[in-house]
Amino acid sequence: MNRIDQLFQNKGKDILSIYFPAGYPNLNDTVPNLQLLQDKGVDLVEIGIPFSDPLADGPVIQLAAKQALDQGMSLKLLFEQLKEARKTITMPLILMGYWNVVFKYGVDSFVADCQSCGIDGVILPDLPLEEYEEEFKVRFEAHGVYNILLVTPQTTEQRMVKIEKAAKGFLYMVSSSATTGGALEQSKEREEYFKKVASLNIPSLIGFGIRDKQSFQHASSFSNGAIIGTAFINALTSGTAPEFLDSLL
Amino acid sequence: MSNNKYAVNERGYYGQFGGAYIPELLRANVDELRENYLKIINSEQFQKDYKRLLDNYVGRPTPLTKVENLSKRFGTNIYLKREDLTHTGAHKINNTIGQILIAKYMGKTRIIAETGAGQHGVATATVCALFGLECVVYMGALDIERQAPNVARMKMLGAKVVPAISGNQTLKDATNEAIRDWIANPYSFYLIGSVVGPHPYPDMVTRLQSIISKEIREQLTVETGNPNPNYVIACVGGGSNAAGAFYHYLNEENVKLVAVEASGLGVDSGETAATITIGDVGFIHGSKTMLMQDEDGQITEPYSISAGLDYPGVGPLHAHLAETGRAQFLSVTDQEALDAAKVLAQSEGIIPALESAHALAALEKIKFLKEDVVVVNLSGRGDKDMETYMKHFN
Repeated sequence: MNRIDQLFQNKGKDILSIYFPAGYPNLNDTVPNLQLLQDKGVDLVEIGIPFSDPLADGPVIQLAAKQALDQGMSLKLLFEQLKEARKTITMPLILMGYWNVVFKYGVDSFVADCQSCGIDGVILPDLPLEEYEEEFKVRFEAHGVYNILLVTPQTTEQRMVKIEKAAKGFLYMVSSSATTGGALEQSKEREEYFKKVASLNIPSLIGFGIRDKQSFQHASSFSNGAIIGTAFINALTSGTAPEFLDSLL
Repeated sequence: MSNNKYAVNERGYYGQFGGAYIPELLRANVDELRENYLKIINSEQFQKDYKRLLDNYVGRPTPLTKVENLSKRFGTNIYLKREDLTHTGAHKINNTIGQILIAKYMGKTRIIAETGAGQHGVATATVCALFGLECVVYMGALDIERQAPNVARMKMLGAKVVPAISGNQTLKDATNEAIRDWIANPYSFYLIGSVVGPHPYPDMVTRLQSIISKEIREQLTVETGNPNPNYVIACVGGGSNAAGAFYHYLNEENVKLVAVEASGLGVDSGETAATITIGDVGFIHGSKTMLMQDEDGQITEPYSISAGLDYPGVGPLHAHLAETGRAQFLSVTDQEALDAAKVLAQSEGIIPALESAHALAALEKIKFLKEDVVVVNLSGRGDKDMETYMKHFN
């Protein structure tokens, strides 16, 4: 069974997912970061594949990705770093990246390397669902790699039905119309959107704007848990990642 | 006129290129535009408003000037399509006038744009002023520095100019920032300046620029008795002026289409913007196209002396024209463009934009027959480039 399904089966709520870019803050920090996150009790990790032009991300993630790239990070190196990680890391792992990097790497090599490194799912925000289903789905599924899909407050009812049907693992519920790193606004409209997504026949995690225990708990009250990215990167940058994780858990 | 063979299909592809590779965050915005743009463009009201504005505000039709001295120099018949004579000084306004009407019909009140050389920014600020709409223009911090006169114009027109400080601080980064603004403000209208971006932008902008080749056909018919020239030559960054100049000739296979890229310091110098020449297939700003990238799929920073041409991608239509061989792609260095600008200025009394100077420089690279009819799209005027010209010619 895919580790993502296992996680949602064993722990239905308050699932904490953390995002950080591979090779940050130092080139070889990828696996030590994973170990820290697992030791602190994080449930799920999204490892960012650094990209020069991350459209859906705010300045903090773009800057961290740029630093990683400048240090020599690449998708090829990431797979090398992850080769031995599964000896100690048991959490589900997701790679998050932009389509150009995956396409350039070669889709078949990418999914094969995901499988051999024990990657359970991928988030590819700029790969449209239609293109995925038509051209790539069979290849992803042959390697047991889940394509995690996003929904946003702008996603229409009709499209949500389509996404629900195609979704695997969980839905990445984007909290608001913004790039990553903003604040989570609380409004009645927002809560109704959260409830609508939560009522779908697939678990969901809320991301974008989750930055501390309070916003994590607020988001978790509407979903199966939440994703923290920018705030964790800030903690990595300032060398306070362990303390930050302690404050959450 | 049917452009079937080179027209976009219903999913936004030209051959293998195009599509809409956008995050779910932009899906609703792009879908709304896709569902409306053709309906609006084909409506009688739009056609009437668009034509009235092109005629009386932009100053169309622009002349097709036979340049006798240049013709003599190259031993052939050279005509310039004078987009430099439009209001704001470049072809960019054909597109912004059209898109602002579409935005208005869609009920949008806030306009976002990106700009490289500042020409599209000025053309956008202009139409926003005309229609009383809020205007935010993203511009690379480096471009803000090297195109100061256009920044001043945008500000005088009432636009807010926001510096893009990521990456190389040029057009690519300004586009990233504009797209992020659109994600955060889904009720705004993103007014793209070239034939790039997710479907329907490349097709929409191509249609709005196609007025250029429509007029060339009419004017050549009067001039020579034949709507078709032997050559149409245009520069390509994102490729909007070339798309407009080529459009009505795409299926006239006897008309040679020549697209001219900026090779900067040379195609192999590492300081270039010759995307088709050195790039390969990839994805940028929502479109599958030819792209300058490294072996890990990171997008390479382009370079050209011309701020309007240093873009690491190219419109998907052009990628398709290159792949099918319908258009010939040449590249021209900074120096060749500068030389060509000087030749035009001193033989015809016309100072071209640096971008257009690249198209002119291609005249040196083609062997013409005496009876050939050659149209060069003079996409813009050189006022904005005087500082660069003076630096190089003194």
